[in-house]
Amino acid sequence: MADSEQVRKQRPKQDEETTEESAETTEEVDTSDVDDLLDEIDDVLEENAEEFVKNYVQKGGQ
Amino acid sequence: MATHKYLGTETEYGISVVGRPDFNPVLASSLVVNAYAADGRHRARWDYEEENPLRDARGFTQPGAHEPPEDDVGLANTILTNGARFYVDHAHPEYSSPECSNPYDAVVWDKAGERILERAAAKAAQSIPDGDRTQAGRIVVSKNNTDGKGAAYGMHENYIVDRGLPFGELTRQLIPFFVSRQILVGSGRIGNEFELAVPYQISQRADFFEVEVGLETTLKRPIINTRDEPHADPERFRRLHVILGDANMSEICTYVKLGSTSLVLSMIEDGVLPSAPQLAKPVQALQQVSHDLSCTRTIPLTDDSQVTAVELQWHFLEHARKYTEEGHAPDWAPDLLAQWEHLLTGVEEDPLSLDGLIDWVSKYHLLQRYVDRDGLDWNDAKLKLIDYQYHDVRQDKGLYNRLVAGGRAKRLVTEEEVGHAIHSPPPDTRAYFRGRCLEKYRDQVAAAGWDSIIFDIGGESLQRVPMMDPGRGGREMTGDLIDRCSTAEELLANLQR
Repeated sequence: MADSEQVRKQRPKQDEETTEESAETTEEVDTSDVDDLLDEIDDVLEENAEEFVKNYVQKGGQ
Repeated sequence: MATHKYLGTETEYGISVVGRPDFNPVLASSLVVNAYAADGRHRARWDYEEENPLRDARGFTQPGAHEPPEDDVGLANTILTNGARFYVDHAHPEYSSPECSNPYDAVVWDKAGERILERAAAKAAQSIPDGDRTQAGRIVVSKNNTDGKGAAYGMHENYIVDRGLPFGELTRQLIPFFVSRQILVGSGRIGNEFELAVPYQISQRADFFEVEVGLETTLKRPIINTRDEPHADPERFRRLHVILGDANMSEICTYVKLGSTSLVLSMIEDGVLPSAPQLAKPVQALQQVSHDLSCTRTIPLTDDSQVTAVELQWHFLEHARKYTEEGHAPDWAPDLLAQWEHLLTGVEEDPLSLDGLIDWVSKYHLLQRYVDRDGLDWNDAKLKLIDYQYHDVRQDKGLYNRLVAGGRAKRLVTEEEVGHAIHSPPPDTRAYFRGRCLEKYRDQVAAAGWDSIIFDIGGESLQRVPMMDPGRGGREMTGDLIDRCSTAEELLANLQR
């Protein structure tokens, strides 16, 4: 079909290199400073956990 | 040559009105959907003509096929200028993304859905009776799939596949793929549906599946759904409706989920994927894999041997790599393969090393840190709250969004791309024509659906423009025409030429 020409187009070499670099950079996620993180999360959590959780009732869907 | 894998996602969002446990969720969902579109102007209605969710891909139609196509006809139902459908389905607000031509775009328009829900919920809260807009009456919308109390709701993926491909072949290949891919793309949840000693598991959805193949979506959920409703030329296309996945906050998860599935489908169509190892008990395996955070548990095959989910994923990944190296795959495949391999290698070495990349891992770390700091039990309400709020769509309160803001979770796409996608359609599918017509000729669009637009230009009858090929109607084909025509009359006159 007409669309299939697009499917087979090859990625230029340069892009492949960039691609590999970008995949490698996925390592660089800052997961340090755990205390700071929890303090920050504490600030945004819903105030009444018990009540929120009790009231969080969904109807089944698909 | 495989059919171009046009694809999209549809997500039923969780909805809760803070401080109002009795507030009707259908009404709340309607308020959300209507609030987004409300400006007092004419609105096109949704065109149901081609919808038939009871038609089965195995070649028959379920009795009772003359029921209304949706059980909520008449509820809020809108079409957006980005080509998406935004409506109420089964007591949830649902965003069905526009058709996209590649997995990256599908991630962008999926994320745009979160932003749309965020804006819509904030606007709708103002219409809750007696709401004070901060606490009571505030509407919380979550991109998750279970309330942890027995209810599940879906995130479905849709892929265009060749009608000529026997459905049985799809089923044989996809079951082992779907059972194993959750280790890379699960969203994680506290608890389980079986009173097992499983305090936390990989997938939100796994426990809710009961059969291997079937038409149902709300009960007796099947790993492979057979709904045969192509929303396109039924002679050429099938729309594979995948119902077992989790809704992801992580863009990398969404990308790998959609891209790897697209590649597997293309290989099946091209007849180059050797028969995958067949699972002895797929439904049980789906749940066992989800319950094992180490991702090392073996599951039985029909030939009495054993395999891990990681090994199954390598099977598919290795063949996808070969397919790509041989030049058969789309141009996005090398990038997708790099991300897929990165996640799979990480899960094989140590799943917990993928903090900030995979939803179930990021959420697990967050919960574990609370357990460690506060000495909480895994049943503690605070942990359940964190499980829910990870998926909250608000950028200032949602916990996934806070991880992103703090540089602790990695994005794939840019907020600029997402901002554009909130209002604009993908450029290279029929969604472009739908979205642009909605934007430019809104008062003259009587109705629209996935595969048609119906114009009312004041004549004796309405004029229906069919769009039976998801790949036709993009900017290249219709952009100039729409730019040139200031009215729908002009547009239709030009289309007929």
